[in-house]
Amino acid sequence: MTASNTATVNGQPFRQSRGGHLERSRPLSFTFDGKNYSGFGGDTLASALMANGVKLLARSFKYHRPHGLLSAGSEEPNALVELRTDARREPNTRATTVELFEGLVATSQNRWPSLEFDVMAVNGLAAPLLGAGFYYKTFMWPAAFWEKLYEPLIRRAAGLGRAANAGDPDRYEKAFAHCDVLIIGSGPAGLMSALAVARRGARVILAEEDFALGGRLLCERQEINGQPAADWVHSIESELAALPNVTIMRRTTVFGVYDGGTYGALQRVNDHVASVPEHQPRQRAWRIIAKRSILAAGAIERPLVFGNNDRPGVMLAGAARTYLNRFAAMPGQKVVIFTAGDDGWRTARDAAAAGLHVEAIVDRRPDVAPDVTASSGSEARVILGGRIMNVSASHGVRGVGILDRNGQRTTISCDAVFMSGGWSPTVNLTCHLGGKPQWNEAIAAFVPGAKPAQMIVAGAANGTFALGQCLRAGAESGGAVASDLGLAGGPIECPKADDEPVAVTPLWYVKESTGLAFVDFQNDVTAKDVGLAAREGYRSVELLKRYTTLGMATDQGKTANVNGLAMLAASRNLDIAAVGTTVYRPPFVPVAIGALAGHHRGKDFRPTRRTPAHDWAVEQCGVMRESGAWLRAGWFPKGDEDWLAATSREVEATRNGVGVCDVSTLGKIDIQGSDAATFLDRVYCNTFSTLPVGRARYGLMLREDGMVMDDGTTSRLGQEHFLMTTTTANAGPVMQHLEFCHQCLWPDLDVQMVSVSEQWAQFSIAGPRAQNVVSRLVDRQHDVSLSAFAYLGAREVSLAGGCPARLFRISYSGELAYELAVPARYGDAAARAIMMAGEAFSITPYGTEALSVMRIEKGHVAGNELNGTTTARDLGLARMMSTKKDYIGRVMAGRPAFLAEDRWDLVGIKPVDRTARIRAGAHFIGIGEKPATERDRGYVTSVAYSPTVGHWIGLGLLNAGRKAIGSRMRAVDLLRDSDIEVEICDPVFVDPKGVRLHG
Amino acid sequence: MRIPCPYCGDRSNDEFNVLGDADALMNRPSDPSLSAFDVYLHARANPAGHHRELWYHHGGCRRWLVVTRDTTSHAVLDVALASKFQGQP
Repeated sequence: MTASNTATVNGQPFRQSRGGHLERSRPLSFTFDGKNYSGFGGDTLASALMANGVKLLARSFKYHRPHGLLSAGSEEPNALVELRTDARREPNTRATTVELFEGLVATSQNRWPSLEFDVMAVNGLAAPLLGAGFYYKTFMWPAAFWEKLYEPLIRRAAGLGRAANAGDPDRYEKAFAHCDVLIIGSGPAGLMSALAVARRGARVILAEEDFALGGRLLCERQEINGQPAADWVHSIESELAALPNVTIMRRTTVFGVYDGGTYGALQRVNDHVASVPEHQPRQRAWRIIAKRSILAAGAIERPLVFGNNDRPGVMLAGAARTYLNRFAAMPGQKVVIFTAGDDGWRTARDAAAAGLHVEAIVDRRPDVAPDVTASSGSEARVILGGRIMNVSASHGVRGVGILDRNGQRTTISCDAVFMSGGWSPTVNLTCHLGGKPQWNEAIAAFVPGAKPAQMIVAGAANGTFALGQCLRAGAESGGAVASDLGLAGGPIECPKADDEPVAVTPLWYVKESTGLAFVDFQNDVTAKDVGLAAREGYRSVELLKRYTTLGMATDQGKTANVNGLAMLAASRNLDIAAVGTTVYRPPFVPVAIGALAGHHRGKDFRPTRRTPAHDWAVEQCGVMRESGAWLRAGWFPKGDEDWLAATSREVEATRNGVGVCDVSTLGKIDIQGSDAATFLDRVYCNTFSTLPVGRARYGLMLREDGMVMDDGTTSRLGQEHFLMTTTTANAGPVMQHLEFCHQCLWPDLDVQMVSVSEQWAQFSIAGPRAQNVVSRLVDRQHDVSLSAFAYLGAREVSLAGGCPARLFRISYSGELAYELAVPARYGDAAARAIMMAGEAFSITPYGTEALSVMRIEKGHVAGNELNGTTTARDLGLARMMSTKKDYIGRVMAGRPAFLAEDRWDLVGIKPVDRTARIRAGAHFIGIGEKPATERDRGYVTSVAYSPTVGHWIGLGLLNAGRKAIGSRMRAVDLLRDSDIEVEICDPVFVDPKGVRLHG
Repeated sequence: MRIPCPYCGDRSNDEFNVLGDADALMNRPSDPSLSAFDVYLHARANPAGHHRELWYHHGGCRRWLVVTRDTTSHAVLDVALASKFQGQP
């Protein structure tokens, strides 16, 4: 079929040979459902499909009804397609916003086996069953059927597109931008306000969601200053682009307004090319911080609600002008226009000018101003006070049934219907901080109510529809903002343009409709559904929305909400103002999670932290594992050793000779000041003011609620100088806590602190031969003999003839041990120097697994036990809590419940069958008892295979555990099907008297 | 949300941690009774309107700030260093 009034242009039968804002010298080929088509640069997928005569684009969500284009913008509810293929497949893309590119591949969705023949369309016959609240009513009983039967059935029958089933291969970015004025939208109001603020020197960001500036000016045959509006747009664009204080962001949708003048925007950097150029993102999520914003987002036309108003070929009248005037595409041949206002007459005029046959203009108003009727410029039949009752169609429109003011019914054949129910200002962004739109009876639309601070609304978004008024509103808004910002200069001259007639008398629903009359096209909500909901008592707009799903689809009801609300109001005999509206939340358009995540995905979700001796550990064949954000060697296998064999060898080598472990990840906080000791006395439960210079002490820190917060060793390097260590995991939280204690509780204390965790590399050198290694390592002038440098000594030394270092005689393994710290830049060299000094003693690198085995053998607590639910007393550390001073947590640690006999105490456990393996996480259950929550006596926190004692051992928290030492329990792990009898014992398995520490 | 830090200037809220009611948290009881600490740890007003909160600028100067905010509009009304309030009611 070839359009009669136009020659086929470049294989496109429904393309006009002239006109539109297209790059006709740039033909583009693309496919839809596997068929090849061609379009031009400047097309959207929607306009190119229309030019090729493709009218059927999608199947509806619930009833699988055939759907074509309703709109020409981001409000499109119908034409959702899958874009691209394989890993780049992107479902639910609005064809109206997809900029055409060479090689584009699009596929229809939600149909089987094909778009033309969809077996699920049988759902349409079941429409009486699938009405409002059908989920709630139909599938109530029996409940067990829901998961297995009902839900999969509904999911298969009703649905949208398919997500890609492979990882997204493209990159996304996050970025910040700052400006004085953010202008949202580049129609007449947006361009004028941009000009008004930019000429006065403000830093301006102009965001436009389309790929071209101009908004409706590209879609209308209007003149500004006597020249075509599009030419005027180009001249303004040139001026703005030349100004250094203006940033124009095309393809950028401002999707959210947040507190403090922060705006979220999505820039589609490379969505309009087939593949993203190397080193470029596909999309960029912006956070724009603006002192002021001007919302010039325009308005969205409302459909009229009549029978079969969702058939392909029924579209918004303004959208028809967009396709005709901007894209030179023909939305039909023989058209009927159905309008509630003057706007439909403009479409009649433009359609006639484009050579379409306007068969009839049906205006619901009995009286229409003569200048409006005269403007239509066509010889169409005019039916005032009439209405369309239904559309006859199969896949495309064949005709309409009309009821005139005298009750006469007429049928007119046509292949397209253009409808105009009036325009709704795009108030969405004004609602994001809680503003409620207000009903304006004069224009029959919601206009912005309370707006976000520092935002003003101009033009159609504010209910000002006529062109001359929009230009003036933009100029005035821009001028007001510039003056408010204190910028010099005066008002700009406003260009001349006519104010077209914009009167409207709304018609919310054609009561005489036959067939389903749709309110929400994307969620298949009909007029009957809204009526049913009202009759069933869903009287508030919020309930109506949830019961019928009106406005809950991906388009957020941009075209549907006002009609739905008005119908609810009518059914309750209330004014629309009294019924009110639901408000909009971000995002204005769907935003891909990938764009919000930016680079933060996979391994880049957070930074990877490597210790200074990372490369050394890798050379030693360390198996690097994540420990929080850090990478640490778990074990260093030799030959074909598994983790357990390697770990056991490392433990034995350390306990019998000497081992070295990288402990750089521990938190280190340098604390100085004349009150440093006082400060430490207040934040630790034990005392540090008595610690002599050159000594280290184990410290235990409580939270104010009496639970243990963290532990570590703190050394006194000088009278007013301490070095605190924290656990790896708590380095940040402890720093924050100390700053709180100082700044918020005791700012009068003379103390300063800074994290030096990353400034120092630190190594534990442990085992009976540790002293031999250390004495070879440090420079000769430092006496580090066992007698001169006793257990818990802390001092500054030097290595390799002057490299500064700190040496601590502290032990986590229970062996004679040292920790040697060097400035981070010497960390790698220090690791190698330690290996060299230890070579004669077969020094063995050990990883976090061996570290953990040795601490469990010694009954030292770690993160598994310091889990926020344990007190010092629970952990057997009650004696550390000073009774002679105040400290954080002192009072609450004494609350009666914390002193109860049945608290869960730290205990050791051994399997009765020494060959059995205990599982961390297993729960303690009495012998002969059935495992159940009410008989739970505690749980196993840490386990290890101890090569030193020759079997699995564990630590756990057991109800009244200390009294239970010597008795037997079961460690039951139902998840891993393990039920083992264990002996409860003291938590220290190796060297309970601590003899080895001293060498 | 933006917080104008007295040291660092206007910054995004993701550089900060919030701890809660400044007037409660900064008045650690001198009375070592359980009831006084119970109130200190747990009793919080939840005003609709002005609220003084402690925020920590972890991504900047590491200062604790008393941020006065309107909980109904999220507007930040005043920001000051926490350390300067000690000893004041």
